[in-house]
Amino acid sequence: MLVYFLRRLLYVCPVALGVSIICFMLVHIAPGDPLTSVMAVDATAQEQAAMRAAYGLDKPLPTQYAIWLGKAVQGDLGKSIASGRPVADEVGRAVKNSLMLAFAASLLAFPIGTSLGFLAGYFRDSWVDRLVMSIAIAGVSLPNYWLGIVLVIIFSVTLGWLPAMGAGAGDWAWDLTHLSHLVLPAVTLAVVPIGIVARTMRALVGEIYSMDFVQALYAKGLEPLDVLRHVIRNVAPTGLSVMGIQLGYLLGGSILIETVFNWPGTGFLLSSAIFQRDLPLLQGTILVLALFFVVLNLAVDVAQAAIDPRIKRS
Amino acid sequence: MTSSPLLQIRDLNVRFHGERTVHAINGLNLSLGHGEMLGLLGESGSGKSVTLKTLLRLLPPKRTMIDGSIEVNGTDIMTLSGKRLSRYRGGDVSMVFQEPALALDPVYTVGEQIAETVMRHRGIGRREAMEVALDMLVKVRIPSPERRLKNYPHEMSGGMRQRAMIALALSCRPKLLLADEPTTALDATVQIQILLLLRELQKEFGMSIIFVTHDIGVAVEIADRVAVMYAGNIVEEGSIHDIIRDPRHPYTRGLLSANLHDVARGTRLEAIPGAPPALNIKPASCQFAPRCAHVMPACTSALPPFVSPGEGRRVACLLERGRELA
Repeated sequence: MLVYFLRRLLYVCPVALGVSIICFMLVHIAPGDPLTSVMAVDATAQEQAAMRAAYGLDKPLPTQYAIWLGKAVQGDLGKSIASGRPVADEVGRAVKNSLMLAFAASLLAFPIGTSLGFLAGYFRDSWVDRLVMSIAIAGVSLPNYWLGIVLVIIFSVTLGWLPAMGAGAGDWAWDLTHLSHLVLPAVTLAVVPIGIVARTMRALVGEIYSMDFVQALYAKGLEPLDVLRHVIRNVAPTGLSVMGIQLGYLLGGSILIETVFNWPGTGFLLSSAIFQRDLPLLQGTILVLALFFVVLNLAVDVAQAAIDPRIKRS
Repeated sequence: MTSSPLLQIRDLNVRFHGERTVHAINGLNLSLGHGEMLGLLGESGSGKSVTLKTLLRLLPPKRTMIDGSIEVNGTDIMTLSGKRLSRYRGGDVSMVFQEPALALDPVYTVGEQIAETVMRHRGIGRREAMEVALDMLVKVRIPSPERRLKNYPHEMSGGMRQRAMIALALSCRPKLLLADEPTTALDATVQIQILLLLRELQKEFGMSIIFVTHDIGVAVEIADRVAVMYAGNIVEEGSIHDIIRDPRHPYTRGLLSANLHDVARGTRLEAIPGAPPALNIKPASCQFAPRCAHVMPACTSALPPFVSPGEGRRVACLLERGRELA
């Protein structure tokens, strides 16, 4: 198992390197000069050149990449062009907020989606199944930013129960005010993964229950709960990987939700970095998010191998 | 040995509801003594597997209509439910499936799967149950059983998996073992090993076995008595010796002559023409009549009654009545 883990860890290195190259290049391929947004409109060519040199933008791309990567592995992602603050700090704070939101959303979505999926799969083709599937389809197809706005209108504007914007004053703290800020965005964010997880689980559970070995388990005298335990263990590897991917999406794919709720996370940071053509910030954020994805996949792979004996460990 | 049979099936009817209704078993009667080895012979769709699954109450209750009575050791198993049903399954009666690769849970080791059954039925601890599992693997002659105990099903060969399945089925010393074509998915050489193993274990454990197969050669190898099934009922029953020497029902004769054994080179193999009936209505006449070479007008008007041409034999064919009158 340890050998398997180390090998997977080794495979991650080239992937991470590739990710960093793509992150770096993407930003340079995209049109637009990062300096136009920070320089005065009437800046002279000399001033522009000086600025370029200050940010290292005058060197050839490979050199720029090497310098950037060299600093990045030491935790220095450069300075934001727009704010002048270190990118690492900005990204760090945003990642913390996004992680908070993503974990809150998955804490809602995974148990609910899994239980709904199991119910539907167990009572396949009954009214329970149809009800669950309607919920799941609604969850997947409702535009969630729209749902976010609706929830804000109901719970913040009309009822006044929950705050509509932001993550609360100052840094995150485990108190009622901060938690109350978390509720609406987390619920909104959870709706899609609930639908996806429920549908996947339903298909998996239905498939496993129709397999011969389930009949064989009943034939050897197991009770329905024992059989359920067997089914869960069979469903777990695939279920885990689906949830891992969903967690990844929740981390990086919540731009719309973070914008709707003004949540100071990575999505919010990304969109402002894009609008301001803040190259170092953009690169840094994408890199950190992409690396999260890679690490998450690694975690899912290792977990799968730990549960499913058919996955080769050597 | 008691005089009352171990298994007594009376007037069993099994009907499936779904997009179309299928009358899978139609008025089946069967009894089985202690320590007896019965071969249940028939082609696909004749109701062999359904009979076995009904015996363990494995058919989905929602889509299945069952009537008739099944008694095992004097207990009516149609009335069992909940805990008593679980105790009966795998305890008194257990089953070996056709495809061991599909019938074992892929994510548990073989040892765990056997031990789980033992723990359930005997209420003993995990360590003790593992010892029983090891003992069972030795009994089914799996080489290096200590290592195999920790193997997952996919790490074993087909024959080895079927041995493990047999070990699992026998781990709680059932009185009746249901074997649903246990050798069909295996190579010919492995087949015969499994058959011999089942015979030996039957003697050792003193249990009864119902062995379902479509291969009359396999039935000859293993069974004391044979019941031939067609369209959800038995059409002929008798000792293996009588059936081979003197098959009475035209269907049995067809099965025997469609077999490759003892056929001279160059002679034509006789196949039974036509296909089995669809069974979407309850049979009211001889179901084999459309394929029968000896069909008479009376065959298509009513179900043929059973006639007993000898000790322990019965045949459902009107030809027998003609023979009796002659």
